[in-house]
Amino acid sequence: MSRNRRLKLQVFRVVVFLVFGAFFLVPIGAMFEFSTRGNGDAPRTLVAWQTIFQTPDLVAAILASLVLAVITSVAMLLLLVPTMIWVRLRLPRLNRVVEFLCLLPLTIPAIVLVAGLAPEYRWLSINISESIFTLAFVYLVLVLPYTYRTLHTGLAAIDVKTLSEAARSLGAGWPTVMGRIIVPNMWSALLNACLLSVAVVLGEFTIANLLNYENLQVAIFLVGKANAGVSIAVAVASLTFAFFLLVILSFFGRSRARVARLEDVAQGLVVGQRA
Amino acid sequence: MTVAAKPLVETARRPVRGGRRFSLDWLGAVPFLAYVGLFLLLPTTIVVAGSLVGPDGLTLSNLAAMNKPFIIGAFVNSLVLSAASAIIGAILGAVLAYAVVTGNPNGVLRRLVTSACGVLAQFGGVTLAFAFIATIGGAGFITLWLVQHGIDIYARGIWLYELSGLVLVYTYFQIPLMVLVFLPALDGIRPQWREATESLGGGTWHYWRYVAGPLLAPAFFGGMLLLFANSFSAYATAAALISQGSIVASLLIANTLTSEVGLHQPGLASALALVMVVIVAVVMVLYTQLQSRTSKWLQ
Repeated sequence: MSRNRRLKLQVFRVVVFLVFGAFFLVPIGAMFEFSTRGNGDAPRTLVAWQTIFQTPDLVAAILASLVLAVITSVAMLLLLVPTMIWVRLRLPRLNRVVEFLCLLPLTIPAIVLVAGLAPEYRWLSINISESIFTLAFVYLVLVLPYTYRTLHTGLAAIDVKTLSEAARSLGAGWPTVMGRIIVPNMWSALLNACLLSVAVVLGEFTIANLLNYENLQVAIFLVGKANAGVSIAVAVASLTFAFFLLVILSFFGRSRARVARLEDVAQGLVVGQRA
Repeated sequence: MTVAAKPLVETARRPVRGGRRFSLDWLGAVPFLAYVGLFLLLPTTIVVAGSLVGPDGLTLSNLAAMNKPFIIGAFVNSLVLSAASAIIGAILGAVLAYAVVTGNPNGVLRRLVTSACGVLAQFGGVTLAFAFIATIGGAGFITLWLVQHGIDIYARGIWLYELSGLVLVYTYFQIPLMVLVFLPALDGIRPQWREATESLGGGTWHYWRYVAGPLLAPAFFGGMLLLFANSFSAYATAAALISQGSIVASLLIANTLTSEVGLHQPGLASALALVMVVIVAVVMVLYTQLQSRTSKWLQ
């Protein structure tokens, strides 16, 4: 690359990052600015931030969303990981079907899904429970496209077939193969999938709002009608939280990429027998 | 889990068809299929059925009602909004992605940008609406600052809460999404191709026009289609920004669905939802077509 072109490229990059940085950071900065405004000409204050914890609706909604995020992540792992491993090993012809079903929520907008879910949730709330945690059922569907891709990459990085055959030839049952051999070899993919699920659940508004449940985003929306400062404070806090989750994710995604070896299988089995 | 007790040798020569072991293998996929059936396929079926079945059996009246001016208006607005935000988002996103990809592939900058894009592409909705209200709303940071300097951005009316405002706000999540979609394609471009162009006497223009451009075109237009579908199906941001009326299709579906405004018509809501899902599905099929053309070259 010529010197001249390298210089041009550097100038281009600096300009691009400055302009885009301003476009993306100014609104977030403006939220901080707005949430610390005093009344009239009063000096800057943190009253709005303190009011978060004195607003019971907000606290309840924050807790509900965090619990929903945990339930969704755990349920996602329990449903998707065994299925994906099983399909990979024993039902390869189902591979395309599972992939299609997992990516389908990208094609069906949440606003459409909620139109069909309304009767289901009416039935659920009458016959089983009207708790906000029933939202986890549909949130699990919402996170499928993102978690499927992550887990798929994680599984593709290890030789699942050889690992499982080695383990089975040493006398391991299927639960041992999955829990002690394959799962420990894809920790970073599992963690990534969980963090993505948390980010999706914490940001979800459409379904909760239209099914009349008050999760984090709905509470921010409702509180914002009465006290914009407080809800903007919560909004910027949750945005920052999600950003740190994804930063953590980007570091784990790279540094923990470990390829499984046969020694690991044997070691896993030894640990399995000790436990 | 009776299968689990069998030795490995039998796994290796699994019967090609029929037999007890074969049917037991299928059991492993049942929980997943049942779950997806219940919470993804059943709701979709309810929407399709709801739009085609009336009180007296099969009917097309719900779909026939689609020609009302306010419904067509909402869909046209949605199409315009999605096209505008997809084109702007795709171009600006591609520029940002190029700036990222010309840097160190393992650098901190790239990590920060991709993480930020991951959050910003997902975390739209209410937060995003508030961010823009705090920035260029009536009492926003930039608005007040500009007014102090004699510039009134709302001299011709408050456009933030209209379609043009939505286009601006949507680009805020469209650009990051484009970066995420377009980066892998840009990563596939090899410096050797540029060197080859130069050794054959071509300049920068030739390289982009005849080498990189045609290779990246499917990924670029595929990304644009994804952005279109993304903004077409978006609801939360519009709902948080625009409190009254149904200027886009997703708001119309929501307002038809909830009884608050006295419009409670489940059949009509289902028909609207069906139209939306058909449009999004067509766009997504085109997107996957373009994606597969991309992956042929840029590995």
